[in-house]
Amino acid sequence: MFPEVLTFGRTGFADELLRGVFVTVYIAALAFTLGIFLGLIGAVAKLYGGMVSRFIANFYTTVIRAIPELVLILFLFFAGTRGISTLGEFIGYGPVEVNGTLAAILVLGFVQGAYSTEVLRGAIQAIPSGQIEAARAIGMSPFLALKRVIIPAMLPNAIPGLANLWLSVIKDTALIMVTGASAELAGTTRAAAGFTKQYFMFYFIALMIYYTLTKISNFFIYRLERYVRRGQPKLA
Amino acid sequence: MDWSWLPTYLPLLPNAIFITLQLVVFTMFFGLLLAIPLGLAQVTGPKWLAVAAREYCTFMRGTPLLIQLYILYYGLGSVFSSYPDLRQGWYWFILKEGYYYAILAFVLNEAGYLGEILRGAFLSVPKGELEAGRACGMSPFQVLRRIWLPRALRIALPALGGETMLTLKATPLAALVTVADVFSVADKVRQETYIIYPPLIMVMVIYMLLTFIITRIFNHYEMQVPVRR
Repeated sequence: MFPEVLTFGRTGFADELLRGVFVTVYIAALAFTLGIFLGLIGAVAKLYGGMVSRFIANFYTTVIRAIPELVLILFLFFAGTRGISTLGEFIGYGPVEVNGTLAAILVLGFVQGAYSTEVLRGAIQAIPSGQIEAARAIGMSPFLALKRVIIPAMLPNAIPGLANLWLSVIKDTALIMVTGASAELAGTTRAAAGFTKQYFMFYFIALMIYYTLTKISNFFIYRLERYVRRGQPKLA
Repeated sequence: MDWSWLPTYLPLLPNAIFITLQLVVFTMFFGLLLAIPLGLAQVTGPKWLAVAAREYCTFMRGTPLLIQLYILYYGLGSVFSSYPDLRQGWYWFILKEGYYYAILAFVLNEAGYLGEILRGAFLSVPKGELEAGRACGMSPFQVLRRIWLPRALRIALPALGGETMLTLKATPLAALVTVADVFSVADKVRQETYIIYPPLIMVMVIYMLLTFIITRIFNHYEMQVPVRR
């Protein structure tokens, strides 16, 4: 016998949960991408920047990484949405409603950026400096050197750290539930559990879904790592 | 910025900090106790036990702690509430308190992370030292207690410091199940005065200070044993 609350359609929650999975993966993927982008800027600022940009990057990573994600997400969420709304009023747009999913992506991306900065900085530092100097000596612009030499050479070093960040951003999307702003998996699960009073079943299903997402991710991470390490000598 | 709430709510802080630190210490201590068999099983256990321990670690590391906490607090709670007799038992004061659910969830979760760390640490203890112990006539348990475990813990110390910090950063989740920790103070101020940002900023500064202190403590212990590089 299959519980009716798990069917598709108006009486069941299966379609809502499925939608929640998509929203979770969508938020995680965009936040992760934003995080890598910020991380690349932060890493370059830390390694090659002047005093001011180095200070800003250090402040960013130190503060963000020392504060619990839950507190940070709540703070950035409220401060961010209110800030954008005030800005809208200021330029004569009227108060702007910020879409909860978008806010979630921006907040998680901002937090991820700090962690990505450290991963990417370490990965860039592990590149033999001669390779970067050679790129400069040939006359590549810093940007071209980044694109052609630094990024391809650091990928094998960065993939394990970035993979961990990907797994943690999937889990961090669950914290968005606390703001109640988006229909991702954890929030949907809480709504379904509260509505049906079947707390144990729904949270168990959610755990299994997150576990499956992790397993699937691990499968691809393994292949990706093998791909970026092709041509490298095997470790003893 | 409105800081007028501060004098009223400041007296709550010492106790709140104490509870947060309690959560960290209990989680790390019992997590480590649970992680030792988890790590050992993966290194020397029979195949089925090793697989079970590895899957446990993957599961705990692969699912959100918040949901793990909720399935214990709300999930088990809803199961318990269908047995009214439980309310009469002497143990009800434990079953109704969010604090114990939070500790249980944190310990089970942290054991998954620590189990993985200890697995690596057990593996990196030089074989010769274990063989020397056995050659002296120590039983397998004595080898574990006198050589393998102390050496593994020493090797894992930097990672344990990192995990302690991560545990500290996970503790505010306990406030969601009614535990009166540091983060709950900000929540209380918000509910009673509608002031949002200043209390959150105060809480963030406290967490940063605690992180800093924990880092210093672990650095101190790491320095005690010189490492040849």
